[in-house]
Amino acid sequence: MDPVSQAEPNRAPVLPEPPRMRRRRSSKAVAGVAGGLADHLGVEVFWVRVAFALLAAFAGLGVVAYGLLWMFVPQESARVPVREQTAKERQQAVGLVALGLGLAVVAGLLQGSVGGWLAGPLGVVLVGAAVVWREADEAQRRRWRDGARTGWLGVVLGEGGRNALVRVLAGAVLVTTGLVIFLVNTPSLNQLQFVLLAVFATLVGVAVLTVPWWVRLSRDLSEERRARIRTEERAEIAAHLHDSVLQTLALIQKQAESAREVRRLARGQERELRNWLYGPSGYGKGNQVSADAPADLAGATDQARTTLAAAVATACGEVEDIFAIRVQQVVVGDCPLDDQLVALVQAAREAVVNAAKHAGVAEVSVYAEVEPERVEVFVRDRGKGFDPNAVSADRHGLADSIQGRMERHGGDVRLRTAPGEGTEVQLGMPRRSTKEARA
Amino acid sequence: MTATEGAAATARQQPVRVFLVDDHALFRAGVRAELDTVTDQVEVVGEAGSVGEAVAGIGHLRPDVVLLDVHMPDGGGAEVLRRVRPEHPDVVFLALSVSDAAEDVIAVIRAGARGYVTKTISSQELARAVCRVAEGDAVFSPRLAGFVLDAFADRPGAAPINDPDLDLLTPRERDVLRLLARGYAYKEIASELFISVKTVETHVSSVLRKTQLSNRYELSRWASDRRLV
Repeated sequence: MDPVSQAEPNRAPVLPEPPRMRRRRSSKAVAGVAGGLADHLGVEVFWVRVAFALLAAFAGLGVVAYGLLWMFVPQESARVPVREQTAKERQQAVGLVALGLGLAVVAGLLQGSVGGWLAGPLGVVLVGAAVVWREADEAQRRRWRDGARTGWLGVVLGEGGRNALVRVLAGAVLVTTGLVIFLVNTPSLNQLQFVLLAVFATLVGVAVLTVPWWVRLSRDLSEERRARIRTEERAEIAAHLHDSVLQTLALIQKQAESAREVRRLARGQERELRNWLYGPSGYGKGNQVSADAPADLAGATDQARTTLAAAVATACGEVEDIFAIRVQQVVVGDCPLDDQLVALVQAAREAVVNAAKHAGVAEVSVYAEVEPERVEVFVRDRGKGFDPNAVSADRHGLADSIQGRMERHGGDVRLRTAPGEGTEVQLGMPRRSTKEARA
Repeated sequence: MTATEGAAATARQQPVRVFLVDDHALFRAGVRAELDTVTDQVEVVGEAGSVGEAVAGIGHLRPDVVLLDVHMPDGGGAEVLRRVRPEHPDVVFLALSVSDAAEDVIAVIRAGARGYVTKTISSQELARAVCRVAEGDAVFSPRLAGFVLDAFADRPGAAPINDPDLDLLTPRERDVLRLLARGYAYKEIASELFISVKTVETHVSSVLRKTQLSNRYELSRWASDRRLV
């Protein structure tokens, strides 16, 4: 059948953004880390949880890994639909969490690396930290939902009310208690050691408790930067549309009686907008967002001076503007402009002008092709045509502007026309740069 | 397959059934009115303003030709092509867009459209283009011909040729494309090259096939470095 249907369609020329891991907001047991990891790796969440629980047996590795991921992996956005979680799944998850913590403690006790005096307080600190961090996630979610933020307390509690405050305080108390028990139970300390350890423990406590807000602060900053860039971009588009499109529309309304003028304005505006959107330095290319319109303009004229395609486009645009016709131009390949090619473009422009003046058509086709050895330009209309031998002596356009100019620069001109057959001017120019390169 | 071909041959006596896909209602109305007035060889049987509507409408109405806008929300013309073509391989698509950016043109052709014309095309030419794709030919605007020439050009740094049958144009195809880009009609190309119009059509269809199937770098990753020989 049709082989095309099996073809791999190349839909996106731009590479997709690499997938980033997100913590789950729904269907989670503690912070959605295991779920997010499962989504990211494309495996069952159950096995990820088992892996964390088993890792916890190795000196609490699973717990540490879980904590680090909790800290540094952002939550998925509020737009992701809520997942359903069955009661069995939930039970399983809670069971695995308990198993993991139990394994961590038991393994620590068995190995003796963690004494009983340490395991208890550490567990209390961990639970306290988990409570506070969970509350931070909740606060962030509420903030997303309400889209508002009010002062310092708002950042901490996220409009969660008294319950949130109670939860945060309870978490803080747990962390503090854990650290205090740890300090008190630590055997054989002299006074200086005790003070140093106390200071250290306090610092650890503060760090653990404030981690979510530090992380969020940095994330908020980058979020704000992105929003600012978006706003600037929108302002730039608005400014451009105002300067060009709205002005032109106003002019068109004023000139509504003159069909020719309206056509000219519309065509000119179309050309400019097209260039802005799809042109070589165009907005749609999106590589570098130019800061303001004047710089944009300078870039465009620079380009017109340097490459053939841009020069042809400029020349065609000028003729369109002056004679209110449409110049359909196609350029294959491109190369830097030199004196000869400037002459070629000027000759081509003159040919288009001739067609616009004498052929009596609304559209002229220009085709330019850059080949390794030479550059060719074809200017064609389907208009009246003429008898080349019967051109009156007072019309110098073809003889001087086109033929003379081309010959002075080493190019050649061929003309195909007959009355009623349209006209095609074929211009050819050897490329000097390639010749020199070979010499 | 023969049954559908036979049906297509008899249907050709009747007007070509056209389905319009464009997210601008104003534009759809304009095209419908234009096609109704210029010719009775073309009949607009339905229209759609979104990808979903288009997929449903085309499946239901089974038009001969779909006039497809390239830029639409939810994936645009390429998405419609992707979803409809596997199920209805006999429906042909002609892309009709305001954009003449190389990426857009090449992308929709590679997704399976039989031709590409810009929205500034005159009504008569549009009707002619519709009839032409309905008969199984390809429609290349001068600009599309230029893009394809550019994409298949051999220049320093071009991708290696893996499959010469797909990755290279024959000299004859190149000549035909060049004349298309210069604004010649098929008949004019035929007399210029001393071949029949049928042969011109064969060359253009072959170029279309290569454009859709070749894996050369320029065709898939177009925009960035396509200029400068």
